[in-house]
Amino acid sequence: MVSAARATGRRWSLSSRAAARLRHRSLRAAAVVYLGLMIALPAAVVIDEGFARGLSDLRDGLAYPGAAEAVWLTLATSTAAAVVNAVFGTIIAYVLVRFRFPGRRLLGALVDLPLAIPTLVTGVMLVALYGPASPIGRALEGAGIEVAFARLGILLALLVVTLPFVVRAVQPVLLELDPAEEEAAETLGASGWTTFRRIVLPAIRPAIAAGALLVFARSLGEFGSVVIVSGNITGRTLTAPVLIFQLASQFKPEQAAAVASVLFAISFGTVLITTRLARGRRGGQP
Amino acid sequence: MSAGFAIRRGGDRDAMFRRRRRAAVLRGMLVALCVLYLAVLLLAPLAGVVWQALRPGWRVLGDTFTRSDVVHAFTLTAVIALITVAVTTAFGVVVAWVLVRQRFRGRAFLNALVDLPFALSPVTVGLACVLLFGRGGWFHDFFAARGIQIIFALPSMVLVTIFISVPFTIREVQPVLEEIGVEEEDAARTLGASVMQTFLRVTLPNIRWGLLYGIALSAARAIGEIGAVLVVSGLIQGRTETATLYIYRAMEERQTASAYVVALTLAGVSVLILAAIEWVKRKRTREDEA
Repeated sequence: MVSAARATGRRWSLSSRAAARLRHRSLRAAAVVYLGLMIALPAAVVIDEGFARGLSDLRDGLAYPGAAEAVWLTLATSTAAAVVNAVFGTIIAYVLVRFRFPGRRLLGALVDLPLAIPTLVTGVMLVALYGPASPIGRALEGAGIEVAFARLGILLALLVVTLPFVVRAVQPVLLELDPAEEEAAETLGASGWTTFRRIVLPAIRPAIAAGALLVFARSLGEFGSVVIVSGNITGRTLTAPVLIFQLASQFKPEQAAAVASVLFAISFGTVLITTRLARGRRGGQP
Repeated sequence: MSAGFAIRRGGDRDAMFRRRRRAAVLRGMLVALCVLYLAVLLLAPLAGVVWQALRPGWRVLGDTFTRSDVVHAFTLTAVIALITVAVTTAFGVVVAWVLVRQRFRGRAFLNALVDLPFALSPVTVGLACVLLFGRGGWFHDFFAARGIQIIFALPSMVLVTIFISVPFTIREVQPVLEEIGVEEEDAARTLGASVMQTFLRVTLPNIRWGLLYGIALSAARAIGEIGAVLVVSGLIQGRTETATLYIYRAMEERQTASAYVVALTLAGVSVLILAAIEWVKRKRTREDEA
């Protein structure tokens, strides 16, 4: 670019370089202003309001009736969702990459479905099937298994919404892994499970961890599906995001901000760890 | 696979066949397990909502779609999604370009900011909007003095939806820009193309599939957003009620029939978007191979 400009004369080169610099600066300014106004500012106001008087605000937030229970419930269900989807996500990714069977493409598309379906609709779907208005829901209740308006329903909703994360994190790593190593292990007499544990698992472990952490972070904040499924019983099935919504709509923004800050601190830490893990290997979708 | 077995020279054939059969059974069981997991979580609930929506008969469909509040809700959702996609696409390309092509102090921080919406609960985003523009908020007086309604009105609903959708376009375009490098752009510039021509003729065609994928993801997210919009909308029927908010209210009021119909419609639109995503993906990989 510079050499071409030099050929057409020094003055032109100077002005075009100045123009290029101006263009770069203004594009950078646009990016900074966009992210600053759209993202940094809203995050700043929540943190500012949540910690306005330091940690005492945080304590007040957790002291609100049902708040501590809500945060604990959210942590417990999110951890459970991360563990379950780490296991099943890995199995699904392995099956999709290593096996050839009819319907494989459909299975792959199904995994992506939760990215497209509104989370609220996910909640409605679960209530429609497992709720008291459906024969399946009534049958399960008769067997003593409560899904809708219970903690199990919250877990199911989180599992659906975060289904793609581990699969999509593990899949590209598995694709790059040479199956020759696995075949060699099997030829040498290793069982399928030993081969998986000794050869495949070490290679995909970081990807599983990154995916599971994403599941956890996303589950912490999940609202749409949970608000429909959980029934929102204070102290029993009320999660932290639903509590924040209730406090905000009762015009108690300070308490809402305090609970939101607790949640934000945990999930931001998780996302930081995840990006550090992801930096080791390229790729990994949100 | 067969090459692997060919190496086993003196192996017991019987044992080999037994092992192969056991492996085939294990495969079948693993596939069945995956199908079962997806059936319990996705397929059966999807069938459940179809069944519940159509159980009262086809008339419910007509009744629901002629209701003025339902029509208004769908229109509002479309308007919000369109504005959101326009903004996140235009600025998303700029941000991705700046992050990939420029080196400056604070670049890593800017890059980290992009991921922030993944860490914030949508409800918290709505709350932030209330804290900024609501009564006693940082900017409340400024806009109130000019008679501009932000909270409980369209502007705040658009703002929170944009916040939620910011990362998708950027994160899809960034790796593509990194991969294509600067050679083609530089060549076009050297040959006398203007900046705009270079962008439209060289850069844009190169990033189009990544960009389309990002747009589809943003659109799906914007259509389905509930938490953030719920907090800022004030739930004014026929005015600030989107399709998702309509479903929420209908479920609360136990008008489940119309809730199921609207939910099914949104799910249908989402499946169409997903099909478009899959199509774009396949097209992209095919072009990569060519």
